[in-house]
Amino acid sequence: MANAERVFSALHDPTRRAVFERLRDGPRPVSEIARGLPVSRPAVSQHLKVLKEAGLVDDRSEGTRRIYQIDPKGLGAMRAWLDQFWTAALDAFAAEVERSAKNEKKEKE
Amino acid sequence: MSTQIRPAPVRKSIFVNAPQHHAFEVFTAGIGRWWPKTHKIGPADLDRPIIEPREGGRWYELDVDGSECEIGKVAVWDPPARVVLIWQLTPEFTYDPSLITEVEVQFTAEGEGTRVDLEHRDLEQMGEKADAMRETVSGPGGWPALLQLFADEAKI
Repeated sequence: MANAERVFSALHDPTRRAVFERLRDGPRPVSEIARGLPVSRPAVSQHLKVLKEAGLVDDRSEGTRRIYQIDPKGLGAMRAWLDQFWTAALDAFAAEVERSAKNEKKEKE
Repeated sequence: MSTQIRPAPVRKSIFVNAPQHHAFEVFTAGIGRWWPKTHKIGPADLDRPIIEPREGGRWYELDVDGSECEIGKVAVWDPPARVVLIWQLTPEFTYDPSLITEVEVQFTAEGEGTRVDLEHRDLEQMGEKADAMRETVSGPGGWPALLQLFADEAKI
């Protein structure tokens, strides 16, 4: 779950966001991602590493090349948190509904 | 380049042994009786969240020192069947008026009980707000604290 914090942190950097956005249309090798960006290729690799640690992108080897692609589970970290939030909140809600419903019934009896 | 990552809405259903009107009442007017006190925005301790019972009403938290912090708004007020709330909190639990995500809650009578269906949608907006989010100092009631809370709960 610490992942969620990392997602927002990783996307904060504008260059890193540009790197990330280059993957929106599909998997790309590092050389292609770096093309046209005003930073060196090692810098792009560094950004990709941060994005990978945040769970935003994934990579695989293809011969000597490394291909990067968006990992949809990245933004999902935030969703996972909300999912848990509502599970816990609704459980507490249900407990309160049933507790107070019983009390109401007792009062009527 | 209009491709956008769109996280699926969070959907939850729960069945409660209580009539529909009671479930609706507890969810809205009684939100302060079940909302975890740790989930708060302001620096002071949380008294309770308040949902104003009308379309366009405020959804805010009232703190023990009398201060108020916005959570969002009421988009649809249709008791006892349905309420749509606008959730304007970032994942770090700070209010952002330009962030508009919807929480729709439907109450359906089933036998002697009520099925409650909750959907929290438009979550991709939170991704778009990533920048603004990072500029906000993460307070003690913010996301890290919540994550810790969930981690603690999970141990029980």
